[in-house]
Amino acid sequence: MSDADFGLWVYLSRTPLLWLTVTLLAYLTADRISAALGRHPLANTVLMAVALAAGLLAVTGTPYRTYFEGAQFVHFLIGPATVALALPLYRSRRTVWRAIVPMAAALVVGAMAAMLSALLIARAFGIPGPVLAALAPKSVTAGVAMGIAEGLGGDPALAAVLVLLTGAIGAVTVTPLMNALGLRDMRARGFAAGLAAHGIGTARAFHVNPVAGTFAGIALALNALFSAILAPIVLRALL
Amino acid sequence: MIPGAALILLCQLAGEAVAHATGLPLPGPVLGMILLLALLLLNDASPRPVGDAFLAPAADGLLGNLSLLFIPAGVGVVGRLDVLQANGVGLAVALVASTLIGLVATALTFAAVARLLHQEAEA
Repeated sequence: MSDADFGLWVYLSRTPLLWLTVTLLAYLTADRISAALGRHPLANTVLMAVALAAGLLAVTGTPYRTYFEGAQFVHFLIGPATVALALPLYRSRRTVWRAIVPMAAALVVGAMAAMLSALLIARAFGIPGPVLAALAPKSVTAGVAMGIAEGLGGDPALAAVLVLLTGAIGAVTVTPLMNALGLRDMRARGFAAGLAAHGIGTARAFHVNPVAGTFAGIALALNALFSAILAPIVLRALL
Repeated sequence: MIPGAALILLCQLAGEAVAHATGLPLPGPVLGMILLLALLLLNDASPRPVGDAFLAPAADGLLGNLSLLFIPAGVGVVGRLDVLQANGVGLAVALVASTLIGLVATALTFAAVARLLHQEAEA
Protein backbone atom coordinates (compact mmCIF):
# COMPACT_ATOMS: atom_id res chain seq x y z
CA MET A 1 0.00 0.00 0.00
CA SER A 2 1.36 3.48 -0.93
CA ASP A 3 1.53 6.26 1.64
CA ALA A 4 -1.44 8.04 0.06
CA ASP A 5 -3.56 4.85 0.15
CA PHE A 6 -2.53 4.23 3.72
CA GLY A 7 -3.44 7.78 4.69
CA LEU A 8 -6.89 7.33 3.18
CA TRP A 9 -7.34 4.03 5.04
CA VAL A 10 -6.27 5.61 8.35
CA TYR A 11 -8.81 8.37 7.76
CA LEU A 12 -11.73 6.14 6.70
CA SER A 13 -11.12 3.35 9.21
CA ARG A 14 -11.78 5.80 12.02
CA THR A 15 -15.08 7.15 10.68
CA PRO A 16 -18.39 5.59 11.76
CA LEU A 17 -19.39 5.53 8.08
CA LEU A 18 -17.00 2.72 7.13
CA TRP A 19 -18.06 0.27 9.86
CA LEU A 20 -21.76 1.04 9.49
CA THR A 21 -21.41 0.25 5.77
CA VAL A 22 -19.46 -2.93 6.57
CA THR A 23 -22.24 -4.07 8.93
CA LEU A 24 -24.95 -3.58 6.28
CA LEU A 25 -22.88 -5.29 3.56
CA ALA A 26 -22.07 -8.24 5.86
CA TYR A 27 -25.81 -8.61 6.54
CA LEU A 28 -26.74 -8.45 2.84
CA THR A 29 -24.04 -10.99 1.92
CA ALA A 30 -25.05 -13.39 4.71
CA ASP A 31 -28.73 -13.03 3.79
CA ARG A 32 -27.94 -13.93 0.13
CA ILE A 33 -25.94 -16.99 1.23
CA SER A 34 -28.76 -18.09 3.55
CA ALA A 35 -31.33 -17.71 0.73
CA ALA A 36 -29.09 -19.63 -1.70
CA LEU A 37 -28.88 -22.50 0.81
CA GLY A 38 -32.69 -22.66 1.04
CA ARG A 39 -32.74 -21.03 4.52
CA HIS A 40 -31.17 -24.12 6.03
CA PRO A 41 -31.35 -23.82 9.85
CA LEU A 42 -27.55 -24.17 10.11
CA ALA A 43 -26.98 -21.33 7.61
CA ASN A 44 -27.99 -18.67 10.14
CA THR A 45 -27.81 -15.10 8.79
CA VAL A 46 -26.64 -13.53 12.06
CA LEU A 47 -23.87 -16.07 12.65
CA MET A 48 -22.55 -15.75 9.09
CA ALA A 49 -22.68 -11.93 9.09
CA VAL A 50 -20.90 -11.82 12.46
CA ALA A 51 -18.18 -14.11 11.09
CA LEU A 52 -17.72 -11.85 8.04
CA ALA A 53 -17.53 -8.61 10.04
CA ALA A 54 -15.36 -10.10 12.81
CA GLY A 55 -13.03 -11.56 10.18
CA LEU A 56 -12.59 -8.13 8.59
CA LEU A 57 -11.84 -6.58 12.00
CA ALA A 58 -9.21 -9.26 12.66
CA VAL A 59 -7.58 -8.88 9.23
CA THR A 60 -7.40 -5.06 9.49
CA GLY A 61 -6.45 -5.07 13.18
CA THR A 62 -9.39 -2.80 14.01
CA PRO A 63 -10.39 -2.66 17.70
CA TYR A 64 -14.01 -3.53 18.54
CA ARG A 65 -14.53 -0.07 20.04
CA THR A 66 -13.74 1.58 16.68
CA TYR A 67 -16.09 -0.83 14.91
CA PHE A 68 -18.88 -0.19 17.40
CA GLU A 69 -18.71 3.59 16.87
CA GLY A 70 -20.16 2.91 13.43
CA ALA A 71 -22.24 -0.15 14.24
CA GLN A 72 -23.94 1.47 17.24
CA PHE A 73 -26.51 3.07 14.91
CA VAL A 74 -27.75 -0.40 13.96
CA HIS A 75 -27.41 -1.69 17.53
CA PHE A 76 -29.56 1.17 18.81
CA LEU A 77 -32.53 -0.07 16.74
CA ILE A 78 -32.91 -3.21 18.90
CA GLY A 79 -34.90 -1.13 21.42
CA PRO A 80 -37.38 0.31 18.88
CA ALA A 81 -37.70 -3.16 17.26
CA THR A 82 -38.71 -4.59 20.64
CA VAL A 83 -41.39 -1.89 20.99
CA ALA A 84 -42.53 -2.64 17.41
CA LEU A 85 -43.31 -6.28 18.41
CA ALA A 86 -46.59 -4.81 19.72
CA LEU A 87 -47.86 -4.55 16.12
CA PRO A 88 -47.78 -8.30 15.19
CA LEU A 89 -49.13 -9.09 18.66
CA TYR A 90 -52.00 -6.64 18.04
CA ARG A 91 -52.68 -8.01 14.56
CA SER A 92 -53.04 -11.59 15.86
CA ARG A 93 -54.99 -10.56 18.97
CA ARG A 94 -58.06 -12.69 18.09
CA THR A 95 -55.96 -15.82 17.59
CA VAL A 96 -54.15 -15.06 20.83
CA TRP A 97 -57.38 -14.54 22.72
CA ARG A 98 -58.91 -17.85 21.52
CA ALA A 99 -55.95 -19.88 22.78
CA ILE A 100 -55.14 -17.68 25.78
CA VAL A 101 -55.35 -20.40 28.47
CA PRO A 102 -53.10 -23.03 26.76
CA MET A 103 -50.65 -20.24 25.87
CA ALA A 104 -50.51 -18.87 29.41
CA ALA A 105 -49.91 -22.35 30.85
CA ALA A 106 -47.26 -23.19 28.23
CA LEU A 107 -45.56 -19.81 28.76
CA VAL A 108 -45.17 -20.28 32.53
CA VAL A 109 -44.14 -23.96 32.38
CA GLY A 110 -41.88 -23.62 29.33
CA ALA A 111 -40.08 -20.43 30.37
CA MET A 112 -39.37 -21.80 33.86
CA ALA A 113 -38.25 -25.19 32.50
CA ALA A 114 -35.85 -23.59 30.00
CA MET A 115 -34.35 -21.08 32.41
CA LEU A 116 -34.11 -23.35 35.48
CA SER A 117 -32.62 -26.29 33.58
CA ALA A 118 -29.99 -24.04 31.95
CA LEU A 119 -28.97 -22.43 35.25
CA LEU A 120 -28.96 -25.67 37.27
CA ILE A 121 -26.86 -27.54 34.69
CA ALA A 122 -24.44 -24.62 34.34
CA ARG A 123 -24.12 -24.29 38.11
CA ALA A 124 -23.43 -28.03 38.40
CA PHE A 125 -20.49 -27.46 36.01
CA GLY A 126 -19.20 -24.74 38.34
CA ILE A 127 -19.91 -21.82 36.01
CA PRO A 128 -19.52 -18.51 37.91
CA GLY A 129 -22.36 -16.14 38.83
CA PRO A 130 -21.76 -13.35 36.27
CA VAL A 131 -21.82 -15.93 33.44
CA LEU A 132 -25.06 -17.40 34.91
CA ALA A 133 -26.57 -13.89 34.76
CA ALA A 134 -25.79 -13.76 31.04
CA LEU A 135 -27.17 -17.30 30.58
CA ALA A 136 -30.54 -16.77 32.36
CA PRO A 137 -32.28 -14.90 29.48
CA LYS A 138 -30.89 -17.20 26.73
CA SER A 139 -34.34 -18.06 25.31
CA VAL A 140 -35.37 -14.39 25.05
CA THR A 141 -34.99 -12.31 21.88
CA ALA A 142 -31.48 -10.80 21.87
CA GLY A 143 -32.36 -7.14 22.43
CA VAL A 144 -34.39 -7.85 25.54
CA ALA A 145 -31.99 -10.59 26.73
CA MET A 146 -29.12 -8.09 26.67
CA GLY A 147 -31.17 -5.67 28.79
CA ILE A 148 -32.08 -8.43 31.26
CA ALA A 149 -28.47 -9.67 31.55
CA GLU A 150 -27.19 -6.13 32.11
CA GLY A 151 -29.76 -5.57 34.85
CA LEU A 152 -28.60 -8.79 36.59
CA GLY A 153 -24.91 -7.83 36.45
CA GLY A 154 -24.10 -10.06 33.47
CA ASP A 155 -22.28 -9.18 30.26
CA PRO A 156 -24.78 -8.10 27.53
CA ALA A 157 -22.47 -9.16 24.68
CA LEU A 158 -22.02 -12.64 26.19
CA ALA A 159 -25.82 -12.83 26.65
CA ALA A 160 -26.25 -12.05 22.94
CA VAL A 161 -23.85 -14.87 22.02
CA LEU A 162 -25.68 -17.39 24.24
CA VAL A 163 -29.02 -16.22 22.77
CA LEU A 164 -27.75 -16.76 19.22
CA LEU A 165 -26.45 -20.24 20.05
CA THR A 166 -29.76 -21.17 21.76
CA GLY A 167 -31.71 -19.98 18.72
CA ALA A 168 -29.56 -22.04 16.38
CA ILE A 169 -29.92 -25.18 18.55
CA GLY A 170 -33.71 -24.73 18.78
CA ALA A 171 -34.17 -24.07 15.06
CA VAL A 172 -32.20 -27.19 14.12
CA THR A 173 -33.89 -29.56 16.62
CA VAL A 174 -37.53 -28.40 16.83
CA THR A 175 -38.96 -30.25 13.80
CA PRO A 176 -37.39 -33.70 14.45
CA LEU A 177 -38.14 -33.36 18.19
CA MET A 178 -41.85 -32.56 17.67
CA ASN A 179 -42.16 -35.39 15.13
CA ALA A 180 -40.61 -37.80 17.63
CA LEU A 181 -43.19 -36.69 20.23
CA GLY A 182 -45.98 -37.24 17.68
CA LEU A 183 -47.22 -33.70 18.26
CA ARG A 184 -49.26 -32.46 15.27
CA ASP A 185 -50.86 -29.29 16.72
CA MET A 186 -49.05 -26.53 14.75
CA ARG A 187 -50.02 -23.97 17.40
CA ALA A 188 -48.18 -25.94 20.11
CA ARG A 189 -45.17 -26.62 17.87
CA GLY A 190 -44.84 -22.97 16.84
CA PHE A 191 -45.36 -21.65 20.36
CA ALA A 192 -42.58 -23.93 21.63
CA ALA A 193 -40.19 -22.78 18.87
CA GLY A 194 -40.78 -19.08 19.63
CA LEU A 195 -40.59 -19.55 23.39
CA ALA A 196 -37.42 -21.66 23.54
CA ALA A 197 -35.63 -20.24 20.47
CA HIS A 198 -36.98 -16.64 20.06
CA GLY A 199 -36.56 -14.96 16.63
CA ILE A 200 -34.43 -17.70 15.09
CA GLY A 201 -37.02 -20.32 16.13
CA THR A 202 -39.80 -18.04 14.86
CA ALA A 203 -38.16 -17.70 11.46
CA ARG A 204 -37.89 -21.51 11.34
CA ALA A 205 -41.57 -21.92 12.34
CA PHE A 206 -42.75 -19.57 9.55
CA HIS A 207 -40.73 -21.70 7.16
CA VAL A 208 -42.64 -24.84 8.24
CA ASN A 209 -46.21 -23.53 8.59
CA PRO A 210 -47.92 -20.07 8.80
CA VAL A 211 -49.96 -21.01 11.90
CA ALA A 212 -46.80 -22.24 13.62
CA GLY A 213 -45.05 -18.98 12.67
CA THR A 214 -47.82 -16.78 14.10
CA PHE A 215 -47.81 -18.65 17.41
CA ALA A 216 -44.00 -18.55 17.50
CA GLY A 217 -44.11 -14.75 17.15
CA ILE A 218 -46.62 -14.50 19.99
CA ALA A 219 -44.49 -16.77 22.21
CA LEU A 220 -41.41 -14.66 21.45
CA ALA A 221 -43.17 -11.46 22.59
CA LEU A 222 -44.80 -13.06 25.66
CA ASN A 223 -41.54 -14.70 26.77
CA ALA A 224 -39.65 -11.41 26.44
CA LEU A 225 -42.10 -9.99 28.98
CA PHE A 226 -42.33 -12.99 31.27
CA SER A 227 -38.60 -13.77 31.40
CA ALA A 228 -37.79 -10.13 32.20
CA ILE A 229 -39.85 -10.60 35.38
CA LEU A 230 -38.79 -14.21 36.03
CA ALA A 231 -35.00 -13.94 35.56
CA PRO A 232 -34.21 -11.69 38.57
CA ILE A 233 -36.37 -13.86 40.85
CA VAL A 234 -34.89 -17.18 39.69
CA LEU A 235 -31.30 -15.93 39.76
CA ARG A 236 -31.68 -14.49 43.26
CA ALA A 237 -33.10 -17.83 44.45
CA LEU A 238 -30.23 -19.81 42.91
CA LEU A 239 -27.21 -17.69 43.83
CA MET B 1 -42.55 6.09 8.00
CA ILE B 2 -41.68 9.03 10.30
CA PRO B 3 -45.02 9.18 12.24
CA GLY B 4 -44.73 5.45 13.02
CA ALA B 5 -41.07 5.79 14.03
CA ALA B 6 -41.92 8.76 16.25
CA LEU B 7 -44.69 6.81 18.02
CA ILE B 8 -42.35 3.84 18.55
CA LEU B 9 -39.61 6.07 19.99
CA LEU B 10 -42.15 7.90 22.19
CA CYS B 11 -43.32 4.57 23.63
CA GLN B 12 -39.72 3.48 24.25
CA LEU B 13 -38.91 6.83 25.86
CA ALA B 14 -41.92 6.52 28.17
CA GLY B 15 -40.93 2.91 28.95
CA GLU B 16 -37.33 3.90 29.80
CA ALA B 17 -38.57 6.75 31.99
CA VAL B 18 -40.97 4.49 33.91
CA ALA B 19 -38.36 1.71 34.28
CA HIS B 20 -35.76 4.18 35.56
CA ALA B 21 -38.12 6.05 37.89
CA THR B 22 -39.75 2.99 39.47
CA GLY B 23 -36.84 0.52 39.42
CA LEU B 24 -39.09 -2.15 37.86
CA PRO B 25 -37.17 -5.27 36.72
CA LEU B 26 -38.60 -4.84 33.17
CA PRO B 27 -36.37 -3.30 30.47
CA GLY B 28 -37.64 0.02 29.06
CA PRO B 29 -38.32 -1.33 25.53
CA VAL B 30 -40.55 -4.11 26.97
CA LEU B 31 -42.59 -1.50 28.88
CA GLY B 32 -42.70 0.47 25.62
CA MET B 33 -44.08 -2.59 23.82
CA ILE B 34 -46.84 -2.97 26.45
CA LEU B 35 -47.65 0.74 26.12
CA LEU B 36 -47.85 0.56 22.31
CA LEU B 37 -50.08 -2.53 22.50
CA ALA B 38 -52.34 -0.74 25.00
CA LEU B 39 -52.55 2.30 22.68
CA LEU B 40 -53.51 0.09 19.72
CA LEU B 41 -56.24 -1.65 21.76
CA LEU B 42 -57.54 1.68 23.15
CA ASN B 43 -57.64 3.06 19.62
CA ASP B 44 -59.88 0.10 18.65
CA ALA B 45 -62.28 0.95 21.46
CA SER B 46 -62.41 4.67 20.59
CA PRO B 47 -65.39 6.00 18.57
CA ARG B 48 -63.10 7.16 15.72
CA PRO B 49 -60.16 4.73 15.45
CA VAL B 50 -57.23 6.07 13.37
CA GLY B 51 -56.08 2.68 12.09
CA ASP B 52 -52.60 1.17 12.41
CA ALA B 53 -51.50 1.73 8.79
CA PHE B 54 -49.19 4.64 9.69
CA LEU B 55 -47.28 2.36 12.08
CA ALA B 56 -46.68 -0.44 9.59
CA PRO B 57 -43.78 0.97 7.47
CA ALA B 58 -41.55 1.63 10.48
CA ALA B 59 -42.57 -1.45 12.51
CA ASP B 60 -42.47 -3.94 9.65
CA GLY B 61 -39.21 -2.46 8.37
CA LEU B 62 -37.59 -3.05 11.75
CA LEU B 63 -39.09 -6.51 12.30
CA GLY B 64 -38.35 -7.65 8.75
CA ASN B 65 -34.62 -7.10 9.30
CA LEU B 66 -34.29 -8.24 12.90
CA SER B 67 -31.19 -10.30 12.06
CA LEU B 68 -29.29 -7.14 11.03
CA LEU B 69 -29.75 -5.54 14.45
CA PHE B 70 -27.90 -8.29 16.29
CA ILE B 71 -24.72 -8.18 14.21
CA PRO B 72 -22.89 -5.41 16.18
CA ALA B 73 -23.45 -7.25 19.48
CA GLY B 74 -22.52 -10.54 17.87
CA VAL B 75 -19.21 -9.17 16.61
CA GLY B 76 -18.45 -8.49 20.28
CA VAL B 77 -18.13 -12.28 20.68
CA VAL B 78 -14.56 -12.02 19.50
CA GLY B 79 -13.72 -10.33 22.79
CA ARG B 80 -15.64 -12.99 24.76
CA LEU B 81 -13.99 -16.10 23.34
CA ASP B 82 -11.99 -16.52 26.56
CA VAL B 83 -15.20 -16.76 28.65
CA LEU B 84 -16.72 -19.25 26.19
CA GLN B 85 -13.55 -21.35 26.17
CA ALA B 86 -13.16 -21.32 29.97
CA ASN B 87 -16.75 -22.56 30.44
CA GLY B 88 -17.12 -24.38 27.13
CA VAL B 89 -18.36 -27.85 28.13
CA GLY B 90 -20.73 -26.64 30.86
CA LEU B 91 -22.26 -23.97 28.62
CA ALA B 92 -22.63 -26.39 25.68
CA VAL B 93 -24.41 -29.02 27.81
CA ALA B 94 -26.58 -26.36 29.51
CA LEU B 95 -27.58 -24.74 26.19
CA VAL B 96 -28.44 -27.96 24.33
CA ALA B 97 -30.24 -29.68 27.24
CA SER B 98 -32.21 -26.62 28.36
CA THR B 99 -33.32 -25.81 24.79
CA LEU B 100 -34.63 -29.36 24.28
CA ILE B 101 -36.28 -29.32 27.73
CA GLY B 102 -37.84 -25.91 27.00
CA LEU B 103 -39.21 -27.05 23.63
CA VAL B 104 -40.73 -30.28 25.01
CA ALA B 105 -42.17 -28.69 28.19
CA THR B 106 -43.78 -25.83 26.23
CA ALA B 107 -45.29 -27.94 23.44
CA LEU B 108 -46.62 -30.69 25.75
CA THR B 109 -48.16 -28.17 28.19
CA PHE B 110 -49.86 -26.29 25.34
CA ALA B 111 -51.26 -29.50 23.82
CA ALA B 112 -52.39 -30.95 27.17
CA VAL B 113 -54.24 -27.78 28.27
CA ALA B 114 -55.83 -27.35 24.83
CA ARG B 115 -57.09 -30.96 25.01
CA LEU B 116 -58.46 -30.43 28.55
CA LEU B 117 -60.39 -27.37 27.36
CA HIS B 118 -61.48 -29.11 24.14
CA GLN B 119 -59.66 -26.41 22.13
CA GLU B 120 -57.85 -28.77 19.81
CA ALA B 121 -56.59 -27.42 16.49
CA GLU B 122 -59.17 -27.66 13.68
CA ALA B 123 -56.90 -29.45 11.24
